[in-house]
Amino acid sequence: MGSASWHSPAREMTGISAAADEHYLPDSIQRSAKILVVGSFGVGKTTLIGSVSEISPLRTEEVMTAASIGTDSLAGLPAKETTTVAMDFGRITLTERTVLYMFGMPGQRRFWNPWAGLAEGAVGALVLVDTRRLEESFEVLNQLELQADQLPFAVAVNLFPGSPRYEVGELREAMDLLPQTPVLQCDARDRGSSIRALAGLTSYALAVEKGSV
Amino acid sequence: MSVFGRFDELPDPRPVPSYVVTGGRARPTRNTMRPETLLVAVGDGKQLPVTASSEKRALLKMCRRLLSLVEAAAYLRLPVSVAVVVACDLVDEGFLRVSGEFPAGTDSPLPDTRPGRPDLDLLEEVLHGLRKLA
Repeated sequence: MGSASWHSPAREMTGISAAADEHYLPDSIQRSAKILVVGSFGVGKTTLIGSVSEISPLRTEEVMTAASIGTDSLAGLPAKETTTVAMDFGRITLTERTVLYMFGMPGQRRFWNPWAGLAEGAVGALVLVDTRRLEESFEVLNQLELQADQLPFAVAVNLFPGSPRYEVGELREAMDLLPQTPVLQCDARDRGSSIRALAGLTSYALAVEKGSV
Repeated sequence: MSVFGRFDELPDPRPVPSYVVTGGRARPTRNTMRPETLLVAVGDGKQLPVTASSEKRALLKMCRRLLSLVEAAAYLRLPVSVAVVVACDLVDEGFLRVSGEFPAGTDSPLPDTRPGRPDLDLLEEVLHGLRKLA
């Protein structure tokens, strides 16, 4: 294994040893929840997280080795090459004792392995879709079903200016969704709109957990 | 402070394999350590041994106040998978505390909660909190 394939970000530390005071959580916080924001590239995941988050969205990287790439080849990658997969996230303090984290995850199959287990304990997944590129959401929905079949999810159509508008029924059919899966609309740039989409997902997750859907 | 204390803080340009940072282990000692797990230093004045890795020192210092594992990892530019292993060690050794952790052997205070799913109380609080902010 060549030394070039190893990566230790800690060794590149630029002297950051503590976060600024305002980055820390209030001492009263006792527990955390998380929501996954899933979707293809450019669909607005980081935009939505940035609209809602009380901190500037942060990025963390995971090293993905050839072994974890599996059969879905990153075409042309030499056998022992590694690559990094980035995940953007943000947070919002909801109550005196509870904080919510939002993790943006690329939807494609080849990116799931490093984040396997992220669905564990999550409220649910908000699947962002762009009606101009609806077909890109198919793989995302497929992966959700395969990798996290216990995870409640809702679809949120990110309304881009000029994107075609469809009836909910048409979207549901096009994406082959179950009748109970919520199909919401949001403007990822708008804080209130994004929070309402997250609330819509949470409301559905609560209903699923109570067995009422 | 030991005269050697500052050696850990010198930048080292050599790439170091993850298995060195984690002491050769790919898996953490606890399965409840998640990216959103909240950590805070115990802060009872106990000092890390001089042999502790720079990542361990950095993570402990970062968590001098309440912070999630994933935030600490992002600020330190550590992959989350590595930060999880380091954090588990620090908790096991009594330097870090997990905020709101349930007693050992239980994942949740509510027996009805399905494995890997948040409890109803948390879901209700998240919903209530979001609706209040929208």
